[in-house]
Amino acid sequence: MSQSPGTRRGFLKLGAALGGTALSTPFIARHALAAEPIKVGVLLDQSGPLGLSGQPMLQATQYAAKVINDQGGLLGRPVQLVTYDTQSSMQLYTQYAQQLALKDKVAVVQGGITSASREAIRPIFDRFKTLYFYNTQYEGGVCDRDIFCTGTTPAQTVSHIVPYALKNWGKKTYIIAADYNYGHITAKWMTKYTREGGGQVLETDFFPLDVTDFSATISKIQQASPDFVLSPLVGANHLGFYRQWAAAGMKSKIPVASSVFGLSNELKSMAPSVTDGIISAFGWYPTVPGAGSTSFSDGMAKMFGPNLPMLSELDSASYEGMMFWAEGVKKAGTVERLAVIKALESGITIDGPSGKATMDPATHHVIHNAYLAKAVAGEWAIQDTYPASPPADTAAVCDLIKNPRMDKQFIVNVD
Amino acid sequence: MDLYGLVGFNILVGIGTIALITVGLGVIYGMMKIINLAHGEFMMLGAYATYVANTHGINIWIAMLIIAPIFVGLVGLVVERCLIRFLYGRMIDTMLATWGLSLGLIGLMTSIFGNDPRGVPTPVGSFSIGHYAASLYGFVIVVVAILALAGFYAMLSLTRYGLIVRATMQNPNMAAALGVAPPTIYMATFALGAALAGLAGGVLAPISGVSPVMGAAFIAKAFITVLGGGAAIVTGTSLASGLFGFIDTFVSFKSTPVIGEVALLLAAVVMIRILPQGITGRFLRRSL
Repeated sequence: MSQSPGTRRGFLKLGAALGGTALSTPFIARHALAAEPIKVGVLLDQSGPLGLSGQPMLQATQYAAKVINDQGGLLGRPVQLVTYDTQSSMQLYTQYAQQLALKDKVAVVQGGITSASREAIRPIFDRFKTLYFYNTQYEGGVCDRDIFCTGTTPAQTVSHIVPYALKNWGKKTYIIAADYNYGHITAKWMTKYTREGGGQVLETDFFPLDVTDFSATISKIQQASPDFVLSPLVGANHLGFYRQWAAAGMKSKIPVASSVFGLSNELKSMAPSVTDGIISAFGWYPTVPGAGSTSFSDGMAKMFGPNLPMLSELDSASYEGMMFWAEGVKKAGTVERLAVIKALESGITIDGPSGKATMDPATHHVIHNAYLAKAVAGEWAIQDTYPASPPADTAAVCDLIKNPRMDKQFIVNVD
Repeated sequence: MDLYGLVGFNILVGIGTIALITVGLGVIYGMMKIINLAHGEFMMLGAYATYVANTHGINIWIAMLIIAPIFVGLVGLVVERCLIRFLYGRMIDTMLATWGLSLGLIGLMTSIFGNDPRGVPTPVGSFSIGHYAASLYGFVIVVVAILALAGFYAMLSLTRYGLIVRATMQNPNMAAALGVAPPTIYMATFALGAALAGLAGGVLAPISGVSPVMGAAFIAKAFITVLGGGAAIVTGTSLASGLFGFIDTFVSFKSTPVIGEVALLLAAVVMIRILPQGITGRFLRRSL
């Protein structure tokens, strides 16, 4: 398998190091800390409207780095995070991305929250040959050999939400979505799955991220009288919809399902009278059973104390992004970009918070357990589990093994 | 028929909301000619005051209608004494100073409360118009907006303080010659404007949620409405919010909220072109 003796030697060294770990952990750890650290770039919004999501994502990344370092680091070297606060600003994303690639010369970059930020920095990391992990659930379709996406995509979440709604609530839906690439593409997926399930989309409305007043929309929805509402609404301002929906007494009349709700501490920041009954689907919830899930929640709580918000898939995926990369480095025996990509393309499996997760070589997305949950009294009550859900949306169009030079985002076409 | 009732109600609430977020700015910008870019953040402080008071078990009505305006009024007093009073007559400088203030307040509240939006419960339920449902809280907004405008009007036209304020805003030197201390009047008026912004923030908190950056969503609409209204604060604000609130809500209902905002801005552009001094610059010039 290994093409150069250097790699084999590295592998033997790693084996020896791992063997040594069992015998004398303190010595190895000391040795690891003495070696030159491996730099990992992190670009996550710590302030501004997206800071709310970015803060626990950074904490999960720091926790992952701590777990890696506690086990003796990688290749005998400790992992060191180089973190920049992108302040919810696209301009800072591009600026810091160049800084990470050219000045800090990091081995890998973890980060990006909105799809807009990912598309802003992805070309930069392509150009400067920097490995990039995007750890957010998103609209799917990114097909680029330099990037690995550890979050879930519509085929893993929306594909479960829509059939659940069609089965339990009725056939007619009204979609209200955020007005940028995530909302538009996710709304298309929702339309596609609704039609495939024999349902009908009455209307789709888009809202810029600064809209707070939804009263006109709530009237329109009542006029259209759907059986349920699908909501890829994003951000703090859009939370006003759920409040106004409940205040208008609509919550008991028309149920709501969302592809984003729950990623930003919603169940803690809003009263159960507003959130109860909302359906969502993600790759992980704090209420997911299993040892990996519990140890992630407990480890985060132990490291960051009781002020931690309710964790979500964004945080578990950030943790998994680090762990996938670490496994790739261990397998490659180097942090060199192409070697790590090849190692990750061998189909690495890790035991993450949501159970077994496998990197799909053809799409660079993750085959992942998915869960459907309902908000009940401020907690997510798991309704259904979908083991080893493949990123079928991206897999249908993207094959990086056949076309390694592919570099685009596919967008689903419904009309 | 029910639908017309519902849309009519929404339009009323839309008008009330715009009037409420504008009246405080009307006092500070319309009367005092201070370009207060921290207006949205004053609203944000009012929302936080409501949130904090409510979580400490204080009745929600007292929190939003009394504590929020008093607290933000006091903040306005401090801001006027420490910052604004050095900048009277320097319009562009006030813009820069209050912009800095707004960034500072956002940063301060973020470091105290964090980034996550907090919620204030809606104190009233819903009602139905035929088989459509709407939030009773809309009535609260409309009533508070009417009371705020009517109270402000009564104060300006009926009280001695109102007379002095109007005189000072028109001609501070002449007012001073007649024995009034303009700095005191400026201070009180600025605090009053801030208090009205705080009231708006408190009343809107249950619908919009409370977060450090919430002010940005309101400031543009508030400025457009003040400019559209013109020199007479109460009449201008009422007329301009009536016009813009109607256009925004109606077009949002007929198409989408994006088009609604576009229609509002278009209407504002056309109106400023035809009436550069605002509605009350041309009509009802002698009103308040």
